[in-house]
Amino acid sequence: MKKLRHLFRHRKNRKLNRSPAGNALLFFLMGIFGVLMAVPLVMIVNNALKPLDELFQYPPKLFVRNPTLNNFVDLFVAMNSSWVPFSRYVLNTVIITAGGTVGHVILASMAAYPLSKHEFKGKNLLFSMVVLSMMFSWTVTQIPNYMIISWLHINNTYWALILPACSFGMGLYLMKQFMDQLPNALMESARLDGAGEFRVFFRIVMPNVKPAWLTLAIFQFQQMWGNTGYMFLRDEELKPLQYSLQQIAAGGTARAGASAAVTFIIAAIPIIFFLICQSNVLETMTTSGMKE
Amino acid sequence: MQEPRTLEKKRRLLPKNTAIYLMLAPYFILFTLFTVLPVLASIVLSFTDFNMLEWPHFVGWTNYIRLLVNDDLFIVALKNTLLFAVITGPISYLMCLLFAWVINEFKGKLRAFLTLIFYAPSICGNAYMIWQIILTGDRYGYLNGLLLKWDIINEAIIWMKTEKYVLPLLIVVQLWLSLGTGFLSFIAGLQTVDKSLYEAGALDGIKNRWQELWFITLPAMKPQLMFGAVMQITQSFAIADISIQLAGNPSVNYAGSTVVTHLLDYGTVRFEMGYASAIATILFLLMVGTNKLVQRLLRRVGE
Repeated sequence: MKKLRHLFRHRKNRKLNRSPAGNALLFFLMGIFGVLMAVPLVMIVNNALKPLDELFQYPPKLFVRNPTLNNFVDLFVAMNSSWVPFSRYVLNTVIITAGGTVGHVILASMAAYPLSKHEFKGKNLLFSMVVLSMMFSWTVTQIPNYMIISWLHINNTYWALILPACSFGMGLYLMKQFMDQLPNALMESARLDGAGEFRVFFRIVMPNVKPAWLTLAIFQFQQMWGNTGYMFLRDEELKPLQYSLQQIAAGGTARAGASAAVTFIIAAIPIIFFLICQSNVLETMTTSGMKE
Repeated sequence: MQEPRTLEKKRRLLPKNTAIYLMLAPYFILFTLFTVLPVLASIVLSFTDFNMLEWPHFVGWTNYIRLLVNDDLFIVALKNTLLFAVITGPISYLMCLLFAWVINEFKGKLRAFLTLIFYAPSICGNAYMIWQIILTGDRYGYLNGLLLKWDIINEAIIWMKTEKYVLPLLIVVQLWLSLGTGFLSFIAGLQTVDKSLYEAGALDGIKNRWQELWFITLPAMKPQLMFGAVMQITQSFAIADISIQLAGNPSVNYAGSTVVTHLLDYGTVRFEMGYASAIATILFLLMVGTNKLVQRLLRRVGE
């Protein structure tokens, strides 16, 4: 408890308006819900370490008794017997995920800036189109979408996954909301110093909305990482890691061990990315004092 | 005298404007191609009969009339979806806000760790599959086992095949999945609240954390609150995956059927794309209406 109190005292402003009873209540709440929420994480880790007999135990136990790394060995064997070299899948995923994430964050932020900080004709129309687009069911737009991708002749290329991802509606909306909070004076002073709009955007606006684009990167990375490309990628050499891992996991009973390892890896990569981004979101808190 | 000056002024303004359009162009070209055109195409398709093999032919309002007058299952699905959205929407939204706010009280590594724990159900792919183990219908299912042990029930209940339990349990699972997009954007939004506002607030007579939340924190993060609301609406109305995975599609006596499971049924099983598009359009209008209402409510925060 002493340690916990220490955590609060660290930030000066937190001493304001905080009662011990309130703190205790909130800790209690966080504890109970935290355990409930952590169950899937705990289960994925434990399953990955279970030997086969424990994996097939019924009813299943949450915690592993004799942890082993055999599942990862099985997975490794399965990877080596894949049709195209496994490194190819990794490369495909890196290209698709990096392209879709970086592309979306930059293009969406760049379009959000004028929508937030400039006046021009049709501004409100553009913005409401983006917001409303998120409410239309993706299932039915799939077919027209497929036709457009064929028409552009980018079917069966990385572009078929990257370009649509760059234009998702959520990123622009999120970035615009954060940019709305920036005081205009911040940009005005840079303009008086002779900075062009692109410079203002990259040097002033983006550093000030760092928590926003780091959060957006987390969402987008998750989306891209989960994409199997099943509709658009036909060539085996172009398919992403997610696809090949799911193929291995679909091997049924014989692959139960490898499948548990797959589940672990599929969850672990976005979690690592999440932790890197999230700890940077927190860092901004201590360094930025720019807001008016 | 006047003319050269306005020209001069225009010339100075022009580069700035070109920059604006250069910034907008890449995103909105892609957005038009991959979102606007497909959505418009779907709306047009909703007035046609389209089986994905033959060229669609125009049928006017037939799909909509059939949907609203003759399709009893759609009415059931609509009722379930509305009930679902009315309950999970506001509760999930408040949970996102509450947990983001409490986590914001912590510092450093512990904070990042807590964020991960609470975001875990959203990051672990189909994490809700663990509910299948919990809700297994024999006495080995975790929930049945527990209730039998405490003598609350005498025999195992087949949860997901008993009509009256399906919707309430799906609601519980959905609430457990609440802390997603909105939650993380609130976490980021809390970072941008100016810390000196809190000190000024204390001087102005704000006495406890609840007042501080209502009068300082929430008004300062209104843009994020609006964003979170839109995300919540799109999630609550589009509920389908957990219903299909846990209760099946069709579910027992359609107890877990929603607008989107209905849509998937027509779009991906029966290949009646015109009809599926009509369902999507109705759902779209429903969300747009709800959004209008919610945004109006949110403007009153902190007053």
